[in-house]
Amino acid sequence: MSLQFLADGILMGALIGLGAIGLTLTYSILRFANFTHGEFITWGAYLTLMLAAVIGGAAAPSLDPLGPFSFGWGIIAAGAIAMLLTGGLALALDLVVFRRLRVRGNAVIMVIASFGASLALRSLIEFIFTSRPTYFSREIQIAIPLAPGVRATPDQLSTLGLALVLVVAMHLILTRSHIGRAMRAVSENPALAQCNGIDVAAVIRATWLIGGALACAAGVMLGLTVQIRPYMGFDLLLPLFAAAILGGIGSFPGAIVGGLIVGVAEAAGVGLVGANYRAAIAFLILIVVLLVRPAGIFGARD
Amino acid sequence: MNDISSGTPILTTERLVAGYEPDLPIVRGVSISVAEGEVVVVLGPNGAGKSTLIKAMAGLVKTTRGRVSLAGEDITSLPAHRMAHRGLAFVPQTDNVFVRMTIEDNLKLSAAVLAKPSRRDHVDAVYDFFPDLARQRRLLAGRLSGGQRQMLAIARAMMIAPKVLVLDEASAGLSPKLVGEVFAKLFEIRLSGVAILLVEQNARAALTLGDRAYVLVDGRVVHEGPAVPLRDDPALAHLFFGAGATVQRDRAAG
Repeated sequence: MSLQFLADGILMGALIGLGAIGLTLTYSILRFANFTHGEFITWGAYLTLMLAAVIGGAAAPSLDPLGPFSFGWGIIAAGAIAMLLTGGLALALDLVVFRRLRVRGNAVIMVIASFGASLALRSLIEFIFTSRPTYFSREIQIAIPLAPGVRATPDQLSTLGLALVLVVAMHLILTRSHIGRAMRAVSENPALAQCNGIDVAAVIRATWLIGGALACAAGVMLGLTVQIRPYMGFDLLLPLFAAAILGGIGSFPGAIVGGLIVGVAEAAGVGLVGANYRAAIAFLILIVVLLVRPAGIFGARD
Repeated sequence: MNDISSGTPILTTERLVAGYEPDLPIVRGVSISVAEGEVVVVLGPNGAGKSTLIKAMAGLVKTTRGRVSLAGEDITSLPAHRMAHRGLAFVPQTDNVFVRMTIEDNLKLSAAVLAKPSRRDHVDAVYDFFPDLARQRRLLAGRLSGGQRQMLAIARAMMIAPKVLVLDEASAGLSPKLVGEVFAKLFEIRLSGVAILLVEQNARAALTLGDRAYVLVDGRVVHEGPAVPLRDDPALAHLFFGAGATVQRDRAAG
């Protein structure tokens, strides 16, 4: 078996990690497993697709490929706006659904509601865009050799770079900014955070905004390197949960490390037992972690 | 005899009724007042409603009737996070520091309440006041001992430059030596002009620090007066642990 699986796994792992950061943040601050997170990924990709068409309509050269990449600056601009919009979608969903249920303080109701909302959001995508897979660009990408037997396309490398930038930005936000400290404080002890003058409602809004934006970025990465389809986010949910739980739910570094492990394990598993079992690998990881070390790698054991 | 409220009142409650469920009040019409620069102690047996009283004042427990004022402004039922902005600092009894954050981050967290230009200076001022914390800024608060944690919790509260510091059982779970250190620090804070409202089981230590005291039984004030005579009152011990509590309750109810 060549080392190609490692490159594929790291790429997929970075994407899973990015999605898992949002999932783990919403879990630790809102205290429920949010199934709509997969839909934020899908919506992010489709919103980017739509905005790119609008930008392309106004300025056709914006869709011309940049250098070795398959995409032009139109997609980049569309992706940036879509990140804001997906954050807005998450906020709107909180306003309409989750905020009302939160006051009852029942996590099970929240999970079921998120499941229902995810179904509705997914059906809406299928209704608007049909269920046929689509692509940001039909440009052919030629994989460039990185090491003996290891290749990656320029698009894949660019998405890896994007993931890296976002992870570093997120790290700086969490450790250096007031809103980041406030988010950590609310995730640890909401009552004490309030006594420190922190408006928990504002922190929750920031969490949705950031989680939605990161999910959108993961969706664009997935759209660039694989394809865009209505189930793209939903199919990613299991790996996302596996990554978040493996890393330790609520842990930011845990989400990234968990994502990379799940990504590489999936790629290795596909090489060993075939692509049909890809989904089973994340499931297997999830079960083993829950049995052996439910707190995860970075989780607090209490 | 000492004048009961000598200075300008900074924090007051008027016939405050509060509790976790609307039809089950735990605090049943309590009026207390803390004057500027004063240390006031609230004593009482377990379950008297002492903690509920100050939590209601801090906006953490729902107030059903009555009024809380801070420096003349009505702050009744204000959300808890607004209290810090008004100058009321609350130190809970347990879980009163963020254990997964460093000492520095614990302190910086509350600094956001202050105007931007004064933040850095104020962090330094609090470190000067708590030199032990200044020596280990990067340490996770979870690694601190019980006494150090209590110091950090008080330092964290002082970060908002409060008008009044409200503490729930600051001495709980600490050795007598550490209780002494914590109360010595509170004495220093009081000298700097910050009023303190203290809920305590440890009556003797609290009354040494306090100017005045209220005794709460069954959600009502059954005694109020200067701290010193109360400290030397042999009946005090009975009030907490013996039949005295029952007698007092009957008297209050009757």
